[in-house]
Amino acid sequence: MTHLDGRESGATDPNAPVRRSVLTLRGALKTFGPVVALADGTIDLVAGEIHALVGENGAGKSTLVKILAGVHQPDAGEFSVDGQAVSFRNVADSKAAGISVIYQEPTLFPDLTVAENIFIGRQPKGRFGLISRAEMRRRAKDLFDQLGVPIDPDRVAEGLSIADQQIIEIAKAISLDARVLVMDEPTAALSGVEVERLFAVARRLRDAGSGILFISHRFDEVFGLCDRITVMRDGTYIATHETPAMTVEAIVREMVGRDIDALFPKSETERGDVVLRVSGLTRPGVFHDIDFEVRAGEIVALSGLVGAGRTEVARAVFGIDRYESGTVEMLGQKLRSKDPRASIDAGIGFVPEDRRKQGLVMELSVERNAALTLRHSLAKFGLISTRAEREAAETWGKRLQVKSSSPEHPVSTLSGGNQQKVVLAKWLATDPKLLIIDEPTRGIDVGTKSEVHRLISELAGRGIAILMISSELPEVLGMADRVLVMREGRITGRLDRSEATAETVMHAATAALESSR
Amino acid sequence: MSDPTGSGTIVHPDGEPSETAAKGRRMTASPGSTRPGTEKRQKPGRRGAADTSTVLAVPKGRTGAARILLGRDAVMIYVLLVVVLYACIVIPRFASPVTVGFLLLDVIPTLLIALPMTLVIISGEIDLSVASIAGLTSALMGVLWQGGMPIALVLVICVLAGLVAGAFNGVLIAYLGLPSLAVTIGTLALFRGLALVVIGDNAVANFPPGLTAFFTSKIGGTGIPTVMVGVVVLIVAFAIVLHFTPFGRGLFALGYSKEAATFVGIDVARSKFLLYLATGTVSALAGIYWTLRYSSARSDNASGLELAVIAAVLLGGVSIFGGKGSIPGVLAGVLLIGTINYALKLDRVSEVVLIIVTGSLLIISVVAPNVAAAIKQARHSRRVRSAPLP
Repeated sequence: MTHLDGRESGATDPNAPVRRSVLTLRGALKTFGPVVALADGTIDLVAGEIHALVGENGAGKSTLVKILAGVHQPDAGEFSVDGQAVSFRNVADSKAAGISVIYQEPTLFPDLTVAENIFIGRQPKGRFGLISRAEMRRRAKDLFDQLGVPIDPDRVAEGLSIADQQIIEIAKAISLDARVLVMDEPTAALSGVEVERLFAVARRLRDAGSGILFISHRFDEVFGLCDRITVMRDGTYIATHETPAMTVEAIVREMVGRDIDALFPKSETERGDVVLRVSGLTRPGVFHDIDFEVRAGEIVALSGLVGAGRTEVARAVFGIDRYESGTVEMLGQKLRSKDPRASIDAGIGFVPEDRRKQGLVMELSVERNAALTLRHSLAKFGLISTRAEREAAETWGKRLQVKSSSPEHPVSTLSGGNQQKVVLAKWLATDPKLLIIDEPTRGIDVGTKSEVHRLISELAGRGIAILMISSELPEVLGMADRVLVMREGRITGRLDRSEATAETVMHAATAALESSR
Repeated sequence: MSDPTGSGTIVHPDGEPSETAAKGRRMTASPGSTRPGTEKRQKPGRRGAADTSTVLAVPKGRTGAARILLGRDAVMIYVLLVVVLYACIVIPRFASPVTVGFLLLDVIPTLLIALPMTLVIISGEIDLSVASIAGLTSALMGVLWQGGMPIALVLVICVLAGLVAGAFNGVLIAYLGLPSLAVTIGTLALFRGLALVVIGDNAVANFPPGLTAFFTSKIGGTGIPTVMVGVVVLIVAFAIVLHFTPFGRGLFALGYSKEAATFVGIDVARSKFLLYLATGTVSALAGIYWTLRYSSARSDNASGLELAVIAAVLLGGVSIFGGKGSIPGVLAGVLLIGTINYALKLDRVSEVVLIIVTGSLLIISVVAPNVAAAIKQARHSRRVRSAPLP
């Protein structure tokens, strides 16, 4: 536990006297091959404050966190902890310097008890050098008392909620004397009550003098919890503000850095016939009574919080997962449940959310990946040739401006944006009538991002029906003709382009707002 | 770097993280690769993402035979050629039709089973029950023949038995999702046990002399066994399936990532099931060959063969983790082990040494690519670190 020299924690008070920096990072640069993940990573964390780090996806927040955690080593920049210049070679160095990172989903050892997890690798020893369970239990209990959270130190970690697992990670951090606690989107998977409990813990730690860096996409949390806000955009530090002086609008403006209309080149298109009609689609416990249709030339966005069931619906429509009842019709033809091949033949393309695991076979060459969806149509008399694959890959690679040094190199050597283009290329090559795109620009550098947006608009202009899932609100508002909002497995809002605003979408997406209506 | 358009954050051709960074740099620097044509296609308002870099497929990649002859899998082929040449020169009596004949007769069971095994391992699975299926087939063959069944019918039933054994593996692995290592360790014992139940401690040897003679006969004076014709047909068939069909493409993909394969419409379960049918059937053929070549049906025929097959397949460049490998490479692997064994035998080297040599070869073949990759990686990262930052 951190004990500061008698100083009161006054970060909430704008007139707080001395502010001692516990962690300072200036101008950190980090590149991965051709991609600059972080151009100017700058953060100044003082003792006794909760400091929010906000930015769009791909703004470089995660890279910055990984530098703090010692996972990545910056290529340039200044980094100091407690005024001492540091350079971490690995995670252990960072831990030793008093930095603890709590990730969205902690990884505990499921078969060990809570206390064992906290003291793993440094168990208190008793007589004869054996582990003293009583001592370990007592210390774990102390930690939880300190945090004001009742968790039984003797239970095994398996089956604990994510919220409890995070608390255990925090307890572990305290036991390590961590002065800096970094929470990387800790609330993404938590319920309302759990979020409140986590915040209570965070405030206690702040008042005890720790510096807490809090990364979140949720503005209500940022404004409700944090003392200061640092904004990042495109891998670059933009500004740091005192929270009371800011509004959500001002922060969003800084995060986006430009007019959303200019960012998303949305062209008006003719809406054609219904391409996809989904009715009564239900998988108990996951999604219920999903009804919607997508017309030719239309971009329909499926919005909602992470975990609302958006991806699950898309997977069921495409045939990756089974559904219990309801129907999926493509151009009037009913599709079979759990048969992706039939969906592809019916004209559906699916760009999945996890490019590295689902969208591409990372070890295979660019051309093999690009031609994988075409393997049946390219075959002559049942035989497929490398030449045919290469020609197809070249055609689409050129059209989408895929940058690679050779089509024979593994697709893993490309940058994220170019990988995503390969995924798009392989589906466009099948001449789809409907393209389902799950998180079209996740983890893509900003330049390529707008290229992808332009491409999606163009495709809709050419009459392809597009069902887009996105967690980025600006993307949803900027791209979609219609927005369907999901919450807890149901569609809770259907908004036209004219009705869709950040407010109306968030209204439909969050239960709290819904009930207050 | 705070350019708000982000154009500064994208592509630096020099930083290409590929293994042939030097090559890539040379290509992007050449005047022909700027490709003004492709730039004209860009819209006026488009940011210059592609301006400084090559667009896909500027360098023409290799295709067809060149790809195989220059590829990673070819190493074993060259090693095989060197060993054969060396043996021809150094070991007396090696370069003769008799050598060819015996070498091939010895190697055929391994060669046969290695074909479907290659596909299985590329798809990320394994089948340890192959030799037991061959043994079971052999036992069945002996009993049925002794029971007075016409030989043609016996052969058909034996092949079907292999198919059923493969289907049993396949259902457990592909459709019930059990790990193939565990399942086939189980069936390795199970099928061998069944063989013992079927034929007991007996041996059946009185197969039709015409048939057994055919299985050891040679084509003219070449020394090449007549049955090689059938084996070659199978080799070609498996090579085509693996390297030139959509199904084969799917196997490589699912060997690397079953999830990604599912997302392009590859039926993972069905593909795996078919592979186990193939290993079962081909193992039965190997069992039949074994029985007729040695004119002896016993329950312990071909025992231990599974390890020889897997060793040869791995030696031939197939990755035990799936996704990588080729039929030509595996042929070279099988023949390499066969040749070394035969040459050493001719040289009157004891059996123990043969086993040690085979084992060492296998370890070297598995370790060598890793060492090569590590060296490449070390060189690459040194170069990256010394290069100026963008």
